[in-house]
Amino acid sequence: MSTPPILDKTLDELREIAARYPEPRSGLLPMLHLVQSVQGRITPEGIEACAAILDISPAEVSGVATFYTMYKRHGVGDYHVGVCTNTLCAVMGGDAIFERLKDHLDIGNDEVAVQRQGDSKTVSLEHIECNAACDFAPVMMVNWEFMDNQTPDSAVQVVEALRSGHEVSSTRGPKLCTWREAERVLAGFPDGRADEGPTAGEASLAGLRIARERGWTAPDPSEAPAKETGQ
Amino acid sequence: MTDQLTPVLTETWDVEQGWKLAPYAALGGYAALDTAFAMSPDDVITAVKDSGLRGRGGAGFPTGMKWSFIPQDNPKPKYLVVNADESEPGTCKDIPLMMGNPHVLVEGVILSSYAIRANKAFIYIRGEVVHVIRRVQAAVEEAYAAGHLGTDIHGSGYDLDVVVHAGAGAYICGEETALLEGLEGRRGQPRLRPPFPAVAGLYASPTVINNVESIASVPAIVRHGAAWFASMGTEKSKGHGIFSLSGHVVTPGQYEAPLGITLRELLELAGGIRKGHQLKFWTPGGSSTPLLTAEHLDVPLDFEGVGAVGSMLGTRALQIFDETVCVVRAVLRWTEFYKHESCGKCTPCREGTWWLVQALTRLENGQGTEADLDQLLDQCDNILGRSFCALGDGATSPISSSIAHFRDEYLAHLSHGGCPFDATRSTAWSGQEVTA
Ligand SMILES: Cc1cc2nc3c(=O)[nH]c(=O)nc-3n(C[C@H](O)[C@H](O)[C@H](O)COP(=O)(O)O)c2cc1C
Ligand code: SF4
Ligand code: FES
Repeated sequence: MSTPPILDKTLDELREIAARYPEPRSGLLPMLHLVQSVQGRITPEGIEACAAILDISPAEVSGVATFYTMYKRHGVGDYHVGVCTNTLCAVMGGDAIFERLKDHLDIGNDEVAVQRQGDSKTVSLEHIECNAACDFAPVMMVNWEFMDNQTPDSAVQVVEALRSGHEVSSTRGPKLCTWREAERVLAGFPDGRADEGPTAGEASLAGLRIARERGWTAPDPSEAPAKETGQ
Repeated sequence: MTDQLTPVLTETWDVEQGWKLAPYAALGGYAALDTAFAMSPDDVITAVKDSGLRGRGGAGFPTGMKWSFIPQDNPKPKYLVVNADESEPGTCKDIPLMMGNPHVLVEGVILSSYAIRANKAFIYIRGEVVHVIRRVQAAVEEAYAAGHLGTDIHGSGYDLDVVVHAGAGAYICGEETALLEGLEGRRGQPRLRPPFPAVAGLYASPTVINNVESIASVPAIVRHGAAWFASMGTEKSKGHGIFSLSGHVVTPGQYEAPLGITLRELLELAGGIRKGHQLKFWTPGGSSTPLLTAEHLDVPLDFEGVGAVGSMLGTRALQIFDETVCVVRAVLRWTEFYKHESCGKCTPCREGTWWLVQALTRLENGQGTEADLDQLLDQCDNILGRSFCALGDGATSPISSSIAHFRDEYLAHLSHGGCPFDATRSTAWSGQEVTA
C-alpha cells in the first residue's frame, strides 16, 4: 500500500484536532487516527508530526501508539476484517468463521491477503474482542462496521465481494468505505454518511416488538405521584 | 402493576430515521431543557438523587450522589465525561442506544452538565464502532444547529460545548481513571484513587464520569419526575434498564424492563433456550460477573438480588450458554481476553493472568491432576483484591465461579484426556444441516 507523505493540509488538520481540547495533548488519539487515514498506518513521520505539534517527545507518542490495538505498525488491507472470537461469538461460530477465513485467504492473524490478479481491493484479517454486538453473534467487523450474524460461507462471500471491488453494505450501517476513510471519521471529520442504514438492527428491536404487540409501556407519567415518596 | 417491559430509551428505535433530531423532538425531545433551566442546578441533582438512579456502567453507584460530590467551591472548570467505551464481554446496550437514539444521550449530557455546572463535556466512544460515532457526531451537530448546545442555550445564559472523542481499542479504557488517561492523550492505565475524579479528574479538575445509559436516563427523570422513575424497579434498584440477551436463546436482543425482572421472565419473552437444549450457565452482567446456572432463574435481576447469590448485576449482559458448551473452553477464552487487555501496570494482574491462561490451557487439554485445580484457585486468590484495579478482580470471576459450579466438568477433562465436548454443536447454525 502507498504511504503518501504528511503535507500541510494534514498538519493543519492535526492542529485543528488538538485545538478541540482544553489541553492539546488530549487530541493525540484522534490525531493518530488521522495519521492512519493518510498514511495507512502509524509511521515514524506521523509520530514526529504529532510530537512536534503537541510539543512532546516522539518516544511519548510512540508509547501511546503501541498501547492501543487499533493503531497499526504494519499496513492493513483496503478492508480490514475482524472476526469476534470472544467467548460468546466464539461458541456461536466465530472460531469456525475465523478458521475458515484464515484458510481461505491463506494468512494468519493480523496479516494482509495476497492481491490476486483481478482483485481490485485488498483485505486483511484479525481476530477481535467483543465488539458490543453479542445479540447478533457471530459478529464480524469490516473497517469497524457491523457485519452481523455471519456464517463461514457468508464471511467468505463478503471478503470475495470486497476483493473484487463490489459494493458491500454493513448489515445495519452504510455502504462500506475503505479503512483509511473510516479512520478519518474516527479522527473527528464526519463523512456525511450518518443517515445511511436503519435505526436499529433486528435483535436490537426484540423487546420493543413484544412491548408494541402487548401494549406494554413505561408507566403513564400523569399517574405517577407528583412528589417523590422519599426513601 | 408496571408492565413487564418498559421501553423508554429503546422507545424510538423502531422510528424511521429515529436518530435524527426531528423525530426525537416530535416525541418531546429536548423539552426537558427548559424544565431544568427553570430549576437550580442543585434541584436537578436532587431530582436525580430522589429518582434512585444508580450507575448503569456496572458498579451501580447512585448517580445523583456522585454529582453532589463535585466541589462547587473549587474554582477550576468542571467536566462531564460520558463513558461510551462499552467493551465488557457480553455488554451490547450502549452501542445500539447511541446508534438508534443518540439525541437522548445528547439531551442527557446537557442536563447533567448543567446540574454539575460543567461547560465542557466529552463523549468517549470506543473506536471500533464507526457508524455509532457518525450518528453521535451528527446528533451533536444537529443539537448545535438547533440551539441546544453552544452559548446561552435556550436563552438561559448557560453555555455548553460537547466533544465526541474516539478511543483506539483498549478494554481498560472503560475503567474510569484509565479513560481519563486516554482522554488526556496517554496510555490508558488506571490512576491511584484517591483523589477521586470528582475532586481531581480530567486535567486534575472536578469531573463526573457516567455510563451512556445512566446519562440517557436523565431526560425522562427531569421530564416525568423522580417519582415516575422510582415507580419502576425494586426497593433499592429503581427504574428501567436495558437487559441484553445473547447466545443460545431463540430471540436474542435488547429488552428494556424494570430492574428486578428475572431471567426466567426474560427467557419466556425471548422464546426460551434454543429448541431441544437446556440452560447450562449464564453471566448476569458481563464476563467479569461470576457465572450463574439454572438454579438462579428466579433471582431478581437487581443490584441486591444478584449480589445475594454471589455475583453482580453488572451491565445486565446476559450471555446464555446451553449444555453443548464446554465451560472450561468458555472460561479459558475469557481469561485470554483479560491477559490480552491487562494494562501491565501491576504485577498480580500482569503476571497472574498469564499464569491463569497457562493453567487453564493445560486443563482444557486434559493435562494435570486435581491438585492443579486447587492451584488455579490459589492463583485467583493472589489476584483478587491485590490488583490495582477491578480488571484483575474480574479476571478471576469466571474461573472461581465455574470451578464452584462445574468442578466435575474440569475433572472430566482430566479423565477424558482432553475436552469431552464437540464445539460444532454450539454454533448458531448447528442442527440446521442435519434436519433429518
Ligand atoms: C476494566 C473495566 C472496564 C469498564 N468498562 C466500562 C465501560 O465500558 N463502560 C462503562 O460505563 N463503565 C465501565 N466500567 C466502569 C467505570 O469504571 C465506571 O464505574 C462507570 O463508567 C461509572 O458510570 P456509572 O456510575 O454511570 O455506571 C469499567 C470498569 C472496569 C474496571
Ligand atoms: S489490575 Fe490489570 S488492568 Fe488493572 S492496573 Fe493492574 S495490570 Fe492494569
Ligand atoms: S462476544 Fe462477540 S460481539 Fe460480544
